[in-house]
Amino acid sequence: MVNENLVKDVVKEPYKYGFVTDIETEKIAKGLNEDIIRLISQKKEEPKYLLDFRLKAFKKWQKMDEPDWAGLGYKQIDYQDIIYYSAPKQKEKISSLDEVDPKLLETFDKLGIPLTEQKKLTNVAVDAVFDSVSIATTFREELAEHGVIFCSISEAVKNHSELIEKYLGTVVPASDNYFAALNSAVFSDGSFVYIPKGVTCPMDLSSYFRINSGDSGQFERTLIIAEESSSVSYLEGCTAPMFDTNTLHAAVVELIALDDASIKYSTVQNWYAGDEEGVGGIFNFVTKRGKCLGKRSKISWSQVETGSSITWKYPSCLLLGEESVGEFYSVALTNNLQQADTGTKMIHIGPKTKSTIVSKGISAGNSINSYRGLVKMGTKAAGSRNYSQCDSMLIGDQASANTFPYINSQQPNSEIEHEASTCRISEDQLFYLQSRGIEFEEAVSMMVSGFCRDVFNQLPMEFAAEADKLLALKLEGSVG
Amino acid sequence: MRESDPILEVENLFASTDNLPILKGVSLTVYPGEIHAIMGRNGCGKSTLSKIIAGHPSYDVTSGDIKFSGKNINSLEPEERSQSGIFLGFQYPIEIPGVSNLEFLRVSTNARRKFLNKEELDTFDFEELVKEKLELVKMDHAFLSRSVNQGFSGGEKKRNEILQMALLEPKIAILDETDSGLDIDALRIVASGIKKISNAKTGIILITHYQRLLDEIEPTYVHVMADGQIIKTGGSDLALELEKKGYEWTDNFVKET
Repeated sequence: MVNENLVKDVVKEPYKYGFVTDIETEKIAKGLNEDIIRLISQKKEEPKYLLDFRLKAFKKWQKMDEPDWAGLGYKQIDYQDIIYYSAPKQKEKISSLDEVDPKLLETFDKLGIPLTEQKKLTNVAVDAVFDSVSIATTFREELAEHGVIFCSISEAVKNHSELIEKYLGTVVPASDNYFAALNSAVFSDGSFVYIPKGVTCPMDLSSYFRINSGDSGQFERTLIIAEESSSVSYLEGCTAPMFDTNTLHAAVVELIALDDASIKYSTVQNWYAGDEEGVGGIFNFVTKRGKCLGKRSKISWSQVETGSSITWKYPSCLLLGEESVGEFYSVALTNNLQQADTGTKMIHIGPKTKSTIVSKGISAGNSINSYRGLVKMGTKAAGSRNYSQCDSMLIGDQASANTFPYINSQQPNSEIEHEASTCRISEDQLFYLQSRGIEFEEAVSMMVSGFCRDVFNQLPMEFAAEADKLLALKLEGSVG
Repeated sequence: MRESDPILEVENLFASTDNLPILKGVSLTVYPGEIHAIMGRNGCGKSTLSKIIAGHPSYDVTSGDIKFSGKNINSLEPEERSQSGIFLGFQYPIEIPGVSNLEFLRVSTNARRKFLNKEELDTFDFEELVKEKLELVKMDHAFLSRSVNQGFSGGEKKRNEILQMALLEPKIAILDETDSGLDIDALRIVASGIKKISNAKTGIILITHYQRLLDEIEPTYVHVMADGQIIKTGGSDLALELEKKGYEWTDNFVKET
């Protein structure tokens, strides 16, 4: 029997991103109605088609019910008690980063994402989003030389309206689900990426989402378009202050890959998870989907989900193009009273399409960690293949892990392979490592990262090291 | 009289697991350069004794002391015991999926080196060291890139244990049935590895059922354990006698003090 108290202590490290930036913000009144939506659209000086898109989504949302099939337990969300637009006050037009409020720059500095010309990360372009607005995007000129567009979605609406009108809502329709409809009605900011034909994006692109205020939700919207034979690697990070109330985060991410294009989308999600008693934390209800439109196109999702009080997220691939490829690599770690219901949908529509799913769930404390995934082979998906592997690791004896794989094949000439396993860190394994001089917590962390190895190998290098550290921090004190 | 101080002193040790007494007064003293063989039927407490010396958390020491280099170690964590020079070679080395054998060996070696105030080795220097030690147990370099013990045959697992012993250079090594499950060739490799690693400063405890290991490594003392006690101690000829007469012969022994 494992020394239970020891095993329980490994997730207690204080959350180091829990600070609040004291900054003057422009907030609109709480509540959600048509007028609020018109106000948001007006603030963003949007064209009529976008306002119509929002209003239509709102009408649909009003008729929809909040989904309960994931069986997540949380207090009823009062959608009228949320502020749908909150932006730090700053000058109307900012021509360079030097004009950004120093407090904001300092905030991102503290988060390890310096934005200023002197300090900015050299190998990755960053779009920094603070509450409802994008603060700054680095390396824009350099990227523009390659024809790459990387900016906030609000800006894209103004400057690249034809692309927005053509693609927005084509992967995740406004009526897709309750939270996607809500997002479509009220989305504020997010990132926009366009990679032109034949271009390999010269550096990784990254968005960093920061929720600062406690009473406003964050509803970001990201759209990435990779034209024929182009490729891009995109990273996403997120943190939020520690509040004892819950904050709603309902994002929509749409990816589109044309012939021979490839998009790699990596997330390290570290929203505030609430305290040990489950008070506070982010409700993370996210719809992420990629459309492999082109032949031989490829979309690869990798995610490390460690934060949020509740995670409800299924980054998916619609495999339309012949021989297109979808991938999903996920590590989800839950502790204390966190709940995660995450997985993917691989919808094989075109022939000879291929998908790979590798999911690693680690549950500690009293948390619930579920993998929920769908693999569907459509009637035309002849010669298609899927391989899924879902492994769960339990730490302590109060945590739970579930796997819900849904398989639906309408094509006899296709292959679906599913493997699943559950393990527990055994006392004998820990003793073996300890008896070789390895300290208890290091032993746990070695075993956890060993368990996640297949997924970490898929992450961009800096991200992989970060993820490893993050997991070790999160688990500190939960084992033993 | 011996010139040096003992490495390990087990003094009238009583221990239990889940309130079930397993050790009922074991005493054993090991001096540098000595090889002690402990023999006895399954369930007599041999393996338990070795795990308790290494600090396994499932067993409670109810009375008695374990001293290492003169200091009581009852309250030390298993990792502290290892770092200070106690090595347990497991009877059934456990598989640890996902953890690379090479990385495991390096972290472990560095933990011991740190304790000895030696410089910790980076991946390149460690490669050099491990290559040399692999020779001792005739192991292929390919073992290093696999997960710890995963998919290893019985013999490979045991050789991996001796490799760890070679890297950690312990002051005392307790080898729990390291010979079981080995064919003749593997037994020779393992035995010669043990001999090369041990020297006049180290102590070795061999837990075994068979004479064949003791043919390769001659013990200074042979102890016979039964029902949680050492009931007889003798020289290497005791093992030979035991081999001839079987454990039934020892059933009538009363505990020798």
